[in-house]
Amino acid sequence: MHDHAKSSPLKTYFTVWAALLVGTYLTYKAAFIDLGVFNPVVALVIATTKALLVALFFMHLRHASERLLKLVVISTIFFLFILMALSMADYATRGRI
Amino acid sequence: MSDSQAAIQPHEGLHNPALLHHFATEEQQRDASNLGMWIFLATEVMFFGGLFCSYLIYRRWYPGDFAAASESITVWLGAINTAVLICSSLTVVLAIWAAQTAQRALLLLMLVLTMLFGLTFLGIKGVEYKQKFDEHHVPGASFSFDHEEIPSHPGQYANPQHAQIFFALYFIMTGLHALHMIVGLGIFSWLFWMAWKGYFTPHYHTPLEIGGLYWHFVDIVWIYLFPLLYLIDRHK
Repeated sequence: MHDHAKSSPLKTYFTVWAALLVGTYLTYKAAFIDLGVFNPVVALVIATTKALLVALFFMHLRHASERLLKLVVISTIFFLFILMALSMADYATRGRI
Repeated sequence: MSDSQAAIQPHEGLHNPALLHHFATEEQQRDASNLGMWIFLATEVMFFGGLFCSYLIYRRWYPGDFAAASESITVWLGAINTAVLICSSLTVVLAIWAAQTAQRALLLLMLVLTMLFGLTFLGIKGVEYKQKFDEHHVPGASFSFDHEEIPSHPGQYANPQHAQIFFALYFIMTGLHALHMIVGLGIFSWLFWMAWKGYFTPHYHTPLEIGGLYWHFVDIVWIYLFPLLYLIDRHK
């Protein structure tokens, strides 16, 4: 932490902040354009990009060196995937109700 | 964790009163706190994950009703709130940077700004909730969502029962998120008090980092809530 505190991280922080605001603007604008089935896809891709920016740069995952920490983060994403994927494997294949 | 040389270093040489006796080094203590917080955030992801999953299932079942209900929410209030939270995340990282570079005044200012952004978010959320109460869009006995057209399906009206499910999810998800914001404000008041007492140094500011992780997590939840709740089929 103290190593990269020396080389000022301010530029990174403000760049990420600007990117997050641009992402918010893009997702807002994209919602008003008819992209058919791709509207939710675009919204989720932008949201995930923004979430990654926050996690990597603001939450300092980019500099995470600890293996245990990586294991926790990866298993979190994995179990969230299990929850969503297995639920939808049921609900999405039932046909119209 | 830390290299083995540092791990066997005895305590006697260290003068940091913040170093608890069951940790070998400051770095090990910081890593342990960090890991603990991430494990807590993992449970939080699964907590919100269940709600996001039920949202996904119901949105697939009732896409038109969800779109009609989503359209009744004031979208620009949500967009402004997204920007407010992003700004608060910036002030959090700036607060940590201020602590790392021993700038006490900047640290206090950034903590105050973070709390002000948090309060602004909750205020705007309150305006939104008031609108929903006035429009009888709150699930329950007085709920009403009659003759609301489904976007891009002229002449078709949303099923109020299905729209009510959207509003139930809207209030539970944003309400739970707002509760997290209130808890965050409590945490940051405490951090401000510790910063005021001069507790944080460039060497020791773990509570700031841990509190920051929580704040950023709550920000990430909102980053997903905004498009999912406010931006369904906004194009006509």
